[in-house]
Amino acid sequence: MTLAPFPVLEIVGLTRAFGGLIAVNELGLRIEQGEIFGLLGPNGSGKTTALNLMSGLLRADAGTIRLAGHNITGLASFKIARLGLARTFQLVRVLDGMDCRENVLAGLAFHTPHVAAAAAEAQVAQLLARVGLEGLAQRPAASLTYIDRKRLELARALASNPKLLLLDEWLAGLNPSELVTGIALIRSLKDEGVTVLLVEHVMDAVRALCDRCAVMSSGRKIAEGATDAVLADANVISAYLGGDDDA
Amino acid sequence: MTSKTLVVCAAALAALVLLAFVPQLTNAYYLSLAISLLQYTVLATAWGMFSGPTRYVSLATTAFFGVGAYTVAVFGETLSWPLVLLIAAVLGTALAGIVGLSTLRLSGVYFVIFTFGLAELVRQLVVWFEVNKSRVLGRYIFVDITQRDIYWQLLLLTVVVFLLGWLIARSRLGFALRVIGEDEVVASHCGINTTIAKVTLFAFSATVMTLTGAIMAPRWTYIEPSIAFNAMISFQVLIMALLGGAHRLWGPVLGAVPLVLLSELLSARFPNSFMIILGGIFLVIVYLLPRGVAGLVESVPARARRSNAQGLAT
Repeated sequence: MTLAPFPVLEIVGLTRAFGGLIAVNELGLRIEQGEIFGLLGPNGSGKTTALNLMSGLLRADAGTIRLAGHNITGLASFKIARLGLARTFQLVRVLDGMDCRENVLAGLAFHTPHVAAAAAEAQVAQLLARVGLEGLAQRPAASLTYIDRKRLELARALASNPKLLLLDEWLAGLNPSELVTGIALIRSLKDEGVTVLLVEHVMDAVRALCDRCAVMSSGRKIAEGATDAVLADANVISAYLGGDDDA
Repeated sequence: MTSKTLVVCAAALAALVLLAFVPQLTNAYYLSLAISLLQYTVLATAWGMFSGPTRYVSLATTAFFGVGAYTVAVFGETLSWPLVLLIAAVLGTALAGIVGLSTLRLSGVYFVIFTFGLAELVRQLVVWFEVNKSRVLGRYIFVDITQRDIYWQLLLLTVVVFLLGWLIARSRLGFALRVIGEDEVVASHCGINTTIAKVTLFAFSATVMTLTGAIMAPRWTYIEPSIAFNAMISFQVLIMALLGGAHRLWGPVLGAVPLVLLSELLSARFPNSFMIILGGIFLVIVYLLPRGVAGLVESVPARARRSNAQGLAT
């Protein structure tokens, strides 16, 4: 792996408060090309807020976010998306009134340079097959099962060929066999060179997937480093994993 | 082009030729009814083009319609007719642009209330201007436009609206608006500039409404703000579009035609109680046809397919 001149994501001093509650407090992160990076922490520790700041859904009070060298702090989310950041949502958001084909098309139709209709159709079919929804192009999104909705959302995010993919608890709510499939799917993204930042509570998945991770607690980053080392950290165990016998 | 689209195109063309000869074939009463039908068809279709895909319910129809009518009242006697229409279109676009940029960030019920308020605001501004500046309460419209001219202009506008609507629905803009209607957050995360997309179509829809108001204005010889900015128009157009089904371009016309005919019939037979009867009919419609007539039409082949599939399975 050659190191790009800029890290894919570089966050410095990111802060966002809701009234008196500081949801994200001086967060700093650096994610290199081709990594799968885990952002962990107990509920309410600010992980999703941090993702929302990165994707432009919320505005930061302070700090900077750089995507492959571009300062994207405070940009509208459609601009951030066009610069190469794609995401999925904690509560799955698929376009229920459309079929699977249109859902994926939505992910690639609005990026420049625009692809021709025939090429776009081919890409859509390829993406659907990629996430395991082959042959379901005409299927209404509303009729999909839970894991298939997650697959569809992932296909939409991948459609833009993003520099950085944010997955917000993409593996949550899957049964054990679906989890194995899901982990394999995310790992295959890494093999293709997609850089992934994932927020996750499923520890097996974090251990299996993440090269490095960071742990947040009450808005602050309390640990960062190689996954095994972070998960063995005494602070992390007391703040998040809870007790010696767990985790 | 498939044979089905060819048949549809041929049928539409034949219907259009037939419609073009309506003024020659009928008496004044039916011509006037035909004008009403076209007026509401254009308004409801224009309403549906924006509100259908985006699901932003607008009650500002009468604001734009009234601006068109007032443009004719002010400039109709002094300027040539095409120029008057052009001014109306520009005013409608400009008003929609300003309103759109400042309000399309609102969503849900806030947008509905704002558009309702906007119509009232425009009307009050016109009243204020007329009373304090021009010192008239109403205006007379004396232009050399016959009922037949009105009919043909409306027919032409209808054709243009359907053609452009068809093109927009197939364009990237049309697709963007559908994504926005489904989920605005997802739309912006897909790289859609949601503000530009919404304002563009809102302005297009509003321009059509303004032109309709301008074309219709010569039908009255006298207008005042309460006639031109009648809130009933906004509600009628909304009900027609929803009855027909605003998620399809051809949906609103399926609501406009029966409701105009029904109002005509009821107001002739039951002049005193027709609004009550119409209200009752609206309630029944909403309960029976939640997706409008277009939804009903679409569900017929789907149901047939399902019963076929069941037949095969057993």
